[in-house]
Amino acid sequence: MSPKLASTVIKGGLVVDQTGQRQVDVVVQDGYIVGVGPDLSGDEVLDAGGCVVSAGFVDLHTHLRQPGLEEAETIESGSWAAVRGGFSAVVAMPNTNPPIDCAAVVQEVLALGAKAPCDVYSSGAITVERKGEQLAPMAEMAELGVRLFTDDGTGIQSAGLMRRAMEYASGLGVLLAQHCEVTSLAQGGHMHEGEWSSRLGIGGVPAEAEELMVMRDIALCRLTGAPVHFQHLSTRGSIAMVRAARQGGLPVTAEAAPHHFTLTDEACAGYDATFKVNPPLRPLDDVVAVREGLGDGAVDAIATDHAPHTPDSKERPFDQAPPGMLGLETALSLALGELNLPIAQVVGLLSWQPAAIAGIQDTHGGPIAVGRQANLCVFDPEETWTVNPDTLASLARNTPYGGREMRGRVRHTLVGGTAVVADQEMRS
Amino acid sequence: MKHLLSVDDLGAEGIEHVCSLADHFTEVSQRPIPKVPALRGKTVVMLFFENSTRTRLSFEVAAKRLSADVMGFSIASSSVQKGESLRDTVATISAMGAHAMVVRHRSAGVPAQVAKWCDASVVNAGDGTHEHPTQALLDCYTIKERLGTVAGKHIVILGDIKHSRVARSGIKAFTALGAKVTLVAPATLLPPAVESWPVEVSMDIDTVLGDCDVVYGLRVQLERQGEALLPSLREYSAHWGLTVGRAKRLPTGALVMHPGPVNRGVEIAPEVLDWPNATVNEQVRHGVSVRMAVLYLLLHVDTDKPVL
Repeated sequence: MSPKLASTVIKGGLVVDQTGQRQVDVVVQDGYIVGVGPDLSGDEVLDAGGCVVSAGFVDLHTHLRQPGLEEAETIESGSWAAVRGGFSAVVAMPNTNPPIDCAAVVQEVLALGAKAPCDVYSSGAITVERKGEQLAPMAEMAELGVRLFTDDGTGIQSAGLMRRAMEYASGLGVLLAQHCEVTSLAQGGHMHEGEWSSRLGIGGVPAEAEELMVMRDIALCRLTGAPVHFQHLSTRGSIAMVRAARQGGLPVTAEAAPHHFTLTDEACAGYDATFKVNPPLRPLDDVVAVREGLGDGAVDAIATDHAPHTPDSKERPFDQAPPGMLGLETALSLALGELNLPIAQVVGLLSWQPAAIAGIQDTHGGPIAVGRQANLCVFDPEETWTVNPDTLASLARNTPYGGREMRGRVRHTLVGGTAVVADQEMRS
Repeated sequence: MKHLLSVDDLGAEGIEHVCSLADHFTEVSQRPIPKVPALRGKTVVMLFFENSTRTRLSFEVAAKRLSADVMGFSIASSSVQKGESLRDTVATISAMGAHAMVVRHRSAGVPAQVAKWCDASVVNAGDGTHEHPTQALLDCYTIKERLGTVAGKHIVILGDIKHSRVARSGIKAFTALGAKVTLVAPATLLPPAVESWPVEVSMDIDTVLGDCDVVYGLRVQLERQGEALLPSLREYSAHWGLTVGRAKRLPTGALVMHPGPVNRGVEIAPEVLDWPNATVNEQVRHGVSVRMAVLYLLLHVDTDKPVL
């Protein structure tokens, strides 16, 4: 028998998972939860006084930028940002260079991810080079464990091709995720089309560019019976359609990004490309609709769309800068501070609901019970802090929340039983 | 006022102030030696990332008549071609000691970015489809010269308003001074959310032109022909252009204005430009006076003193 590793006890916290909440300690050993109950002890003590103990969060939508854009983020740096934000698992988006559209690139991402502080799952592109023309070898990527396929950054423009992709994917038991954007309506646009874009003289992307593809893919879901996941929904119309489709029994799921429930298009008024993101920031009515969707279950998950970019690229003129903003280290605080939802619901939106969509519910997302892998997050829901872009774990600095006071902060994050963040400090 | 990035920086009072200063500078320009020492020792940099003839020359002449030193910057011969970033370019020029930067760029918001990155005063000389405030000022000045006032006048802006920085600045300035503005354009060339603008919109060019004090034609941006905004230039000209027939039905004394460059025969019939109520060349001439006023306002230490 191999010698047991030291045990860790998470002491004094309120455990919150899909089975309810209870004031208990949690003991972790050898990567697994070995004890849940009152007054437990262990070799190392992680103080959880005043804290919530939840499953580690799962981000369905992370741009780790590796391979290809390592000056903005690497799998390692992005994973540190993840664990600082309470995430124990992230799904890496495929718009890298080269894109993740074949087994070789999946293997590279997984190999780098194996050394990272959180569990890194690779998504795969639906089409070769994300060009929307020819199906990527989904089966060979699925064999390596890829469970979520997307051309994120662009949507599949051809309805015929999307239909085939959905049919093919359903046969493999994998999920297609769509970045909904009709290019012919969106091109030339760099922010939401409306009063502000008109005033600022910046080309606009109408809400309908997103909504038309949501509508189309719901129809394709009805046609094929294959499930579809909608990424970063940003408009009232999109959320209403997804809500209706679910009520009609269609296998659709959806995610929303923190910036879409916290910021409006007015933020672009200073031409600061930090606020440029795709889908764009929308008017208040859409922001409210995203909050409502997260509150009533129309939207399953909060996904960060963490999109690091170098300072140089974000200092370009607004219409030339790349879209995207950091999200991993601020998602929990924004969800707690802005959504006005019970903590258990916020935890669900960040952990077990996305874990189920990613197909990793066996290891991530709880419940917190003996025998489960110890992927855990301990956060203080009341601690306030101020975002300082220079102290983020990400290599990039493009957070739109610099200087903003936040409520709720991660204290410890455990991945596979190891406290990679303890007392807010990263441990390598 | 440190910068002129938008007409909003001036407001009605500011516009009136620029126009009255411009009167002085018009007088200066008529002297045998049209030059005053007001900005001696000041360096004005022309930061033109986009091609321009009239605006750039107008600013250069304006700066020189105020005795400022003028540095030119042309994208074709600059490090921008070598991949230098906007911020580095600004820092480089700033390090040479510029007091003002006159910035034109194809992207909206660049003058505002430049203003954040340097100590110099920044003048927006046209940024993408956002604003072109000195154009609006010279247009106001031209209308005041011809019609005595802008207040109460009915100004019809005709053409590609959606992509026009001239229209955005013009609408702000004209309405600030109390004019009524009506936009006439095919719907593809109207801005989104136009109902939030302080204007009226009409599709009926012939009715509107019968009841206006100024018709302001905008350039059809031929480079946008690939965007399916118009079926053809011929159709545009027939339905939305200021043809000779339409121009003849204008009320007596109504001005025909255009910021230039003109696509003759597209938005305006060529002969109309030669009529006495057409102001295209006057606008250019007034541009120098107005830009002298703007540079003077931004750079002169003691603006209460007489101009000279």
